[in-house]
Amino acid sequence: MSSELISEYEISHSRPHAFYESYDRKEDLKHQTHYCPGCGHGNVHKMLAQAIDELGIQDRTVLISPVGCSVFAYYYFDVGNVQAAHGRAPAVATAVKRSHPQSIVVSYQGDGDLAAIGSAEILHAANRGENITVIFVNNAVYSMTGGQFAPTTLIGQKTSTTPGGRTAASEGYPLHISELLATLEAPVYIERVALGDNKQIAQAARAIRRAVENQVRGLGFSLIEVLSPCPTIWKMSPVEAQHWVHDVMEKTFPLGVFRDRTKEAQPRPLPEPAPALEDIPRILGIPDDEDAEADLPVGRLSAQDVDLHVRVAGFGGQGVLLLGEILAEAGLDAGLEVSWLPSYGPEMRSGTSNCHVRISSRSIDSPLVTLPDVLVAMNEPSLRKFDASVRPGGWVIYNGDVFPPDCERKDVRVLALPFTHLADELGDARASNMIMLGALLEITGVLPQTSIDAALRKLVRHQKWIDLDERALARGRELALNSLREALAGV
Amino acid sequence: MHKQLMKGNEAIVHSAILAGCRGFYGYPITPASEITEAAALYMPRTGGVFLQAESEVAAINMLYGASSAGIRCMTASSGPGISLMQEGISYMAGAELPCVIADITRGGPGLGNLGSEQSDYHQVVKGGGNGSYHTIVLAPHSAQEMADLTALAFELADRYRNPVVVMADGFVGQMMEPVEFPNAAVAPRLPDWAVAGTAQSRGNLITSLHMDINDLEAHLRKLEAKYREAERKEARAEEWFTEGAEIVLVGYGIVGRILKAVTAEARAAGINVGLLRPITLYPFPTEHFQRLARRARVFAVVEMSNGQLIEDVRLALNGARPVEFLNRMGGNVPSHDEVLALVRTLALDNLSVIKTEEEQMAHV
Repeated sequence: MSSELISEYEISHSRPHAFYESYDRKEDLKHQTHYCPGCGHGNVHKMLAQAIDELGIQDRTVLISPVGCSVFAYYYFDVGNVQAAHGRAPAVATAVKRSHPQSIVVSYQGDGDLAAIGSAEILHAANRGENITVIFVNNAVYSMTGGQFAPTTLIGQKTSTTPGGRTAASEGYPLHISELLATLEAPVYIERVALGDNKQIAQAARAIRRAVENQVRGLGFSLIEVLSPCPTIWKMSPVEAQHWVHDVMEKTFPLGVFRDRTKEAQPRPLPEPAPALEDIPRILGIPDDEDAEADLPVGRLSAQDVDLHVRVAGFGGQGVLLLGEILAEAGLDAGLEVSWLPSYGPEMRSGTSNCHVRISSRSIDSPLVTLPDVLVAMNEPSLRKFDASVRPGGWVIYNGDVFPPDCERKDVRVLALPFTHLADELGDARASNMIMLGALLEITGVLPQTSIDAALRKLVRHQKWIDLDERALARGRELALNSLREALAGV
Repeated sequence: MHKQLMKGNEAIVHSAILAGCRGFYGYPITPASEITEAAALYMPRTGGVFLQAESEVAAINMLYGASSAGIRCMTASSGPGISLMQEGISYMAGAELPCVIADITRGGPGLGNLGSEQSDYHQVVKGGGNGSYHTIVLAPHSAQEMADLTALAFELADRYRNPVVVMADGFVGQMMEPVEFPNAAVAPRLPDWAVAGTAQSRGNLITSLHMDINDLEAHLRKLEAKYREAERKEARAEEWFTEGAEIVLVGYGIVGRILKAVTAEARAAGINVGLLRPITLYPFPTEHFQRLARRARVFAVVEMSNGQLIEDVRLALNGARPVEFLNRMGGNVPSHDEVLALVRTLALDNLSVIKTEEEQMAHV
């Protein structure tokens, strides 16, 4: 190298403070790294350590070590260290940063780690614009495991798993991570640099410093891709490897800035400050003791022995679950034990819905209602599905003019009315569930109206609906009462 | 204290925040999504972080990060998602990172279905990731226990620096029951081992990597000692009419509820039956089994999987008593009547045994 070239650069032999003085986490050779001669990691480590020193962030820095040759980065960096699973460093970094927004989090990854197994994690961290710095060391192979093919392996490049050389037909083309991530909106700064000669190395150092500085300024996601020599796996001398970066790798992976929004980017807002600890129960809607006093069950029942098993079933949208929920909420208000168990998942999606409700003065063993005292069947398929399960002496409240003759049972009483039509008369067909609930309440007589009112107010938002539901409940009670009277008269 | 009607899934989130959880990283899946949704609502309001991850793999690794940073944190998923999280769970156990994972189980293998099964038992209780580790596993059977055991889960996770799973079937997650919460929140506290981006924590390292074989063995011995301690101190079970029971039913989660109803009815019919309901699945409540085996003639395991719980019951009894088995799968629930029929059969079988013994005594 000519003397005038050397004079352009300041040659520094000092050890950055961000490195340990002695690598005590290593078993032996505590004054040298585990990297091979001519490996790019030493350079990149030093650039990162210098950036940490210059920005005065050593205490705040958390380095995420990946799986790959830099798995032991924590041997060297005197910062907070977290070693991550293969490819997951951006996910780990995301949560460290969000947990402590004042920390400076650096995800240091190789090309196998970042571009293959961790491709989802890097893509989404970048897309979320996480305020982290990613150092992506690309040497076109898996080095740690002995030189297998990577997504960044060049066309024609021989590796231990592409012994004939990479072909586009078989392995596709080298993955351009910087270009790919630059298609996203969120990243602030993406640059590809190289370690092919001293000039490139100087540029790489500037880029890495900027990428860390962006985070210190709170600007968002920065990634520096470093084309880096791996003489051992490439089976080259360090000098040949450096030339190969410059002369060969760069042709596939052109250097340059792919995204720079550092000028216009605004610092990301910090999260809202946490509320006072004593406010948290209130925020969660947990009643405090005063509320609890004021909110004592208004309709507490006498020592009457209640044990009601109800099954409600119908089409989705008929208010099946809400009917059950009001029943359970009212039971709780009345000082009883309650459970509400919905059908969920596939049944929900296929448009039918049912729930199990138990209301009892004793503790409830099983919340599953297999032998209902009352079946509220809001359509014919539901009637057919559950009719046979009704406890002898129980009731079926059925939404239909005509009770299907083949569903009739001698040991079960039936209230069959066109509830949808009756609700329509009240002003909205959707109140049919409340008419049926009114009928159920009248028939069973276990819950006081005050508890029903309280439940309604808790679960129904708009006064318009509460008014309609109250009228519907009253209508249901009236219809059930008439039916009971008729039955008595008929006896 | 005041009861609120609430889904078990929502109770988990309320309880978690009260327990000082300030990080939730999740991925939606039926029947666990209410947990993620409630966390999305409440975490930001209570000074916590909520993030929907790109996958369960990312979610568990975010927990790895949040836990490394010293934050009480949790996620929620179901069978297929828990399978994907096994990598991170193994790493967290290896790196001794506390976290809470709610597994609201569904049908499997593969996509299975959305119905309620208990077939995650093996992958959760036995550890589905690589390496010699355990997760502590709590199995609630009511909405109240979803709250109470979630609070306990955070305590145990910190005490043992280990992932804790709250494993409940879809029914327990989806059903609403009255729940009481403490009216006070636990203050988040940064552990001294955390990597928090501060001068005090600069020297800390979180890793599961131990290159030296003796180092790794020493680390594993340390984990082993921790698990032995948990086995001595943390095993829990509910005994329900087990005093003098000759038939002991065994089941957890929703099955425990069904077995309570069956026990009540069978007792009313004069059958001497009781219920032993494991609340911790790891550590397994072995002592309860051994003590009840002195009096009981037979144990009957009821589960919603293909004979997974029964393996631990057999190990706990170590051949001391016969173990009968009844299971339903695919989203079906063992019905009250089929369990009752089993109990009746066992009663008849064992009564005849009693008689024979008496006859034998008479001949002596």
